[in-house]
Amino acid sequence: MAETVFARPQALADVTTHYCPGCTHGVIHRLVAEVIDELGVRERTVGIAPVGCSVLAYNYFATDFHEAAHGRAPAVATGVKRARPDLIVFSYQGDGDLASIGMAEIIHCANRGEKVTVVFVNNAIYGMTGGQMAPTTLPGQVATTCQLGRDVATAGHPIRVAELISTLRTPAFVARASVHNPLVAVHAKEMLRRAFRYQVEGVCFSLVEILSTCPTNWGIPPAESTSWLEKNMLPYYPVGIFKTPESGSREPRPLPA
Amino acid sequence: MTKKLMKGSEAIGEAAVQSGCKLFFGYPITPQNEIPEYMSMRLPQVGGTFVQAESEVAASNMIYGAAGSGERVMTSSSSPGISLMAEGISYLAGSELPVVIVNIVRAGPGLGGILPSQGDYFQATKGLGHGDFRVLVLAPWSVQEAADLVQDAFDLADYYRNPVMVLGDGLIGQMMEPVEFRSDRTPIKELPPKTWAATGCDGSRPTNIINSLFLDPEELERHNHKLKAKYDRMVADEIRVATYGAEGDFDVLIVAYGTVARVCSTAIDELREEGLRVALLRPITLFPFPYEAVREAAVQARAVLVVELSSGQMIEDVQLALARSRPVHFLNRMGGMLVSPDEVVAKAKAILDGRSAEVFHG
Repeated sequence: MAETVFARPQALADVTTHYCPGCTHGVIHRLVAEVIDELGVRERTVGIAPVGCSVLAYNYFATDFHEAAHGRAPAVATGVKRARPDLIVFSYQGDGDLASIGMAEIIHCANRGEKVTVVFVNNAIYGMTGGQMAPTTLPGQVATTCQLGRDVATAGHPIRVAELISTLRTPAFVARASVHNPLVAVHAKEMLRRAFRYQVEGVCFSLVEILSTCPTNWGIPPAESTSWLEKNMLPYYPVGIFKTPESGSREPRPLPA
Repeated sequence: MTKKLMKGSEAIGEAAVQSGCKLFFGYPITPQNEIPEYMSMRLPQVGGTFVQAESEVAASNMIYGAAGSGERVMTSSSSPGISLMAEGISYLAGSELPVVIVNIVRAGPGLGGILPSQGDYFQATKGLGHGDFRVLVLAPWSVQEAADLVQDAFDLADYYRNPVMVLGDGLIGQMMEPVEFRSDRTPIKELPPKTWAATGCDGSRPTNIINSLFLDPEELERHNHKLKAKYDRMVADEIRVATYGAEGDFDVLIVAYGTVARVCSTAIDELREEGLRVALLRPITLFPFPYEAVREAAVQARAVLVVELSSGQMIEDVQLALARSRPVHFLNRMGGMLVSPDEVVAKAKAILDGRSAEVFHG
């Protein structure tokens, strides 16, 4: 008798997504759905969709969902989790949503230690609005609102969200991963699994930043986008774990005597 | 139940708790801080949750999440804070979520001042956020009525799946008056279970999605029609109005709401003692506005006087109701200054003596 060894996760809806060729949102959706299935929490999971390319995430996950205003997903997640602490609540947000307009919401959600999981997808550009500069756009990277490349003299340097959040004392788990090849995607799934597991166990706030591709707005062929990410994004956005429940706070080191 | 002397802000908070409100999200702003302070102390006693949000923007999105989970939830703020909540309120209305929002109005525009005002009438009744929506607006004139309207607001919000605003001012918030909470109170509406809430999907139903995004214009237009039909039902069923001194004949009809109406009632007592026939019509619902009641009351009078703590906002609705069938006069203070009974008496006498000029706003 044939055994099914590979199937669509139950938490992933059986629909076609609107994502562009070469975009890795679909991979990240699948990893999140697999983790939800493996933890057996689909029936009590509520997702929060952002504004941006993943605005329609509520159509792609087979769980209950809230569509949030731009940047406010962590506030909506707070409302859901405080109302129903028994639910597993995750937000799925892009870099314009989380790191620009929603910076106050993510910082304070993390700092209150809301027992939610944030999936932060960083592709270094605004996708849905058509390729404008994001807070995560790399120095010199061309975008429609910095057509000569990001000038750090006027736009500042890109924000490293995982590092930023990990300076807070409260959050439990902060990591950065990538999905530009199958090997790192396995690591990304492990980071997501840990983030969701901490929530299931009642440990506080977790965030996984995942580097993602956007060939459409990077202006390169889909086939080149993963190597572009590896070459340009990885050096600035190192993958790894920045904070765990065990690692405690990053206290300032005293000056040597 | 016996009456208890309570500050308006505390009575508003307690009324919410009595209504089964389990969650409060808010941000400090004068003059309404006593409401979140009360809730921060009181909600944990009943198994509820208080969260001090990082901003009013965040608070309005937290109530969105909590309301979408099917729980009774409230926030309160004052004018500049309500402006920041406009984003969340629009999404709440678009997603048809029930919440109660208390606005203890302060004088504006901008940072303005912290004293009582009615300058947010337009915002509350016509434009509480972007897009095409309305919220029920209830305006109490006493602490007891504030408590009663908060309780009704929760029922109305659930019934219509719509935000409901209780619009007060610093007087309502700070005043101490006896309040009674009836232990035998029952909901004013028959409330169906919240089967639409996003509470996790066990496969027994399609997924519930709390959403206001409709990219297909035909679908959005259908949604707009559905919302409009709901607002029409509010107009048909929810208008509330009170009168004072309108039992007999009267020559001047005063139209005023909230604490200003209370000042006018004192003035009417004085005018009546002098044999001058003046009556008050007080809209309790500002949306829906009691156009018909204003029209019916005004035909009995020779002139109408609108009294407001604004440069003239509700007066436009009164003019709309009357369609120039009666002369409309206007008395107002702004900036946090209050109208005194003496000013109302003097204005009413001026109208009766032909010394007051008719005005037209708009």
